[in-house]
Amino acid sequence: MELTGAEIFVKCLADEGVEFIFGYPGGAALHIYDAIYRQDAVKHILVRHEQGATHAADGYARATGRPGCVLVTSGPGATNTITGIATAYMDSIPLVVFTGQVPSMLIGDDAFQEVDAVGISRPCVKHNFLVKDVRELASTVKKAFYIATTGRPGPVLVDIPKDITAHRCAYDYPESVSMRSYAPVTRGHQVQIKKAVELLLSARRPIVYTGGGVILAEASGILTDLVRQLGFPCTNTLMGLGAFPGDDPLFLGMLGMHGTYEANLAMHECDVMLAVGARFDDRVTGDLNKFSPHARIIHVDVDPSSISKNVPVEIPIVGSADLVLAEMAEALRDSGREPDKEALAAWWQRIAEWRGKNSLAYNHSDTVIKPQYVIEKLYELTGGDAYITSDVGQHQMWAAQHYKFRKPRRWINSGGLGTMGFGLPAAMGVKFAFPDDQVVCVTGEASIQMCIQELSTCKQYDLPIKIVNLNNRYMGMVRQWQEFFYDRRYSHSYMDALPDFIKLAESYGHSGVRVDSPADVEGALRDALARKDDLVFLDFITDQTENVYPMIAAGKGQNEIILKPSDEPSEIDERELA
Amino acid sequence: MRRIISILLENEAGALSRVAGLFSARGYNIQSLTVAPTEDDTVSRMTLVTTGSERIIEQITKQLNKLVDVIKLVDLTEGPHIEREMMLIRVRAVAEQREEIKRLADIFRGRIIDVSETAFTVELTGTGNKLEAFLGALPRSSILETVRSGVSGISRGEKGLRI
Ligand SMILES: Cc1ncc(C[n+]2csc(CCOP(=O)(O)OP(=O)(O)O)c2C)c(N)n1
Repeated sequence: MELTGAEIFVKCLADEGVEFIFGYPGGAALHIYDAIYRQDAVKHILVRHEQGATHAADGYARATGRPGCVLVTSGPGATNTITGIATAYMDSIPLVVFTGQVPSMLIGDDAFQEVDAVGISRPCVKHNFLVKDVRELASTVKKAFYIATTGRPGPVLVDIPKDITAHRCAYDYPESVSMRSYAPVTRGHQVQIKKAVELLLSARRPIVYTGGGVILAEASGILTDLVRQLGFPCTNTLMGLGAFPGDDPLFLGMLGMHGTYEANLAMHECDVMLAVGARFDDRVTGDLNKFSPHARIIHVDVDPSSISKNVPVEIPIVGSADLVLAEMAEALRDSGREPDKEALAAWWQRIAEWRGKNSLAYNHSDTVIKPQYVIEKLYELTGGDAYITSDVGQHQMWAAQHYKFRKPRRWINSGGLGTMGFGLPAAMGVKFAFPDDQVVCVTGEASIQMCIQELSTCKQYDLPIKIVNLNNRYMGMVRQWQEFFYDRRYSHSYMDALPDFIKLAESYGHSGVRVDSPADVEGALRDALARKDDLVFLDFITDQTENVYPMIAAGKGQNEIILKPSDEPSEIDERELA
Repeated sequence: MRRIISILLENEAGALSRVAGLFSARGYNIQSLTVAPTEDDTVSRMTLVTTGSERIIEQITKQLNKLVDVIKLVDLTEGPHIEREMMLIRVRAVAEQREEIKRLADIFRGRIIDVSETAFTVELTGTGNKLEAFLGALPRSSILETVRSGVSGISRGEKGLRI
């Protein structure tokens, strides 16, 4: 029996096991929307802006590990997805985005709502396709999911001209794909793994530094076992939080620009570094010339181009983090040896001194709400188990610092691109995946306004997300940089003419609560979290002057870390670097 | 360091722009780029000449390999190889210049493939250096037009770039 392209498309999604597709209709996609109407295997979620669709699909993918799926129309529908696609690309999130396109014979004629979606998206997708024949539609969809989810994951865009969705052919969804030009490596090189274990066993000041790759590869369990087996200190990047339990004594906290003192100093002073699924991003390394001067580096990554890109590596291992770490653990057991206990004890002693600085401490106040306090209470009340999405700015850093994630896939934020507007739609995607779990969006009054329209989507689908708005009336992170680096010239960082967020939430059919006293923080959070069926917008009026510490200014070395407002960058002592 | 990278890629619309886009997005250098179909019409072969430090070249080959349309590649400059480029050049040739230019073309093993009353068109094949040497040997004012194919290359011996 022959089906139309639109029917084939929807059947492909069902056969691929797609639960939700986030989208927004328009002319070029109308055949597909008609086919969606006539089936119920795949649930379509109508967002209020195509950017919201991509972030929602992205949030779904981050929380579940399954690919997120998006459907939009041609032209503006397609261009509106670009920010979301780039966000997913930078964080290696599997996403498949379908864009309608004008009919094949009009392509290139500047037809109504025509854009070169393949061309525009090319620099921020893992791969993309233009479907030219209905007989290629099913195999292209299969390839798109395959590419998005294997190797280093990433977004794939499929552009489907309208006529293709009307043409007919027999339906045949391939069971598997093999592509001669695409064969990701998963197993690490045995010899390299052995060498790595040797180096780990010889370490006197080791550190394990892991990123989002561990979470993407579902390698948290094996990482945790390996680190505990070795007794080594472990630090996570912003993208890697939750891969190692945040409340474990071996955990040093996040590293990088706003990482802890102990994580950054241990990185700087280490003699052996095991980097797994992390990419030596500039926010982590600071000045490359001053980066970890004594370190011999083992780098495990599924993407060979991540290895030795910014920092030269002694033992590169290309492979999937789960498989490589499992083999490492095995090789370690087989060796029957243990790390040098004495050296390790001395190393932990030094780390304890750094920890003693208590670098995440802040001044409490009885009169004005400290943003860190809100996160602390949120952590306590949710037992560290909630899904926390965030936007971008100070609130994001405070959430990363003070919420001690114990499990992977609980911390959902835009790390690589730093996309304001991500938090709310991402929370929707998470809530669709896990309707019974607590989903909290930590945001700022500037970020939340970038995708605020999605409150309407939350109403339509009854998504009882909790929004924690740390309202400092400033683009706080911008203000902080202006305070530090531009002599307090606060150019365009004041958020003037703010809406009344309570009324705003109410007008969308939700509840809002304003909290302006520290004494009310805990109660307000507790009440909101207990309201299982309601979206509650908590507007916390916070200290406008609070800054994120510690801080390593852009381009500075790991050891030039500012701890407190009065601090000059504190140089560390170079003693006992045996 | 100058490198010649030879690439087999899927003969798909857009494959060329992925390679070109990669170079412009990451700020890599392209000295020349040629691409044409092979005996297998699903595959194109591209030859790319670039320069960069060891680290940049390593990144270039890794990033190219990462493109889904790239089937296989080799850095020809890592081993023994042959490099060729073709140039067509029209030179003014009147009176006694005609003999002189013919003689020069012979020395460089070029062929005169078109003749008019006032000009010759010479076809010349060789390494980039040879082509430049020929250009240098001609009186500057006599050069009317040149077009170069860009470099193509192939490795010597048994080992080659095959699927
Ligand atoms: C789309 C986008 N535009 C601009 C920026 C630059 N930027 C980074 S943080 C920030 C301020 C965010 O303010 P707010 O959401 O209120 O959070 P706060 O820093 O106050 O916690 C800005 C403008 C960005 N990251 N994303």
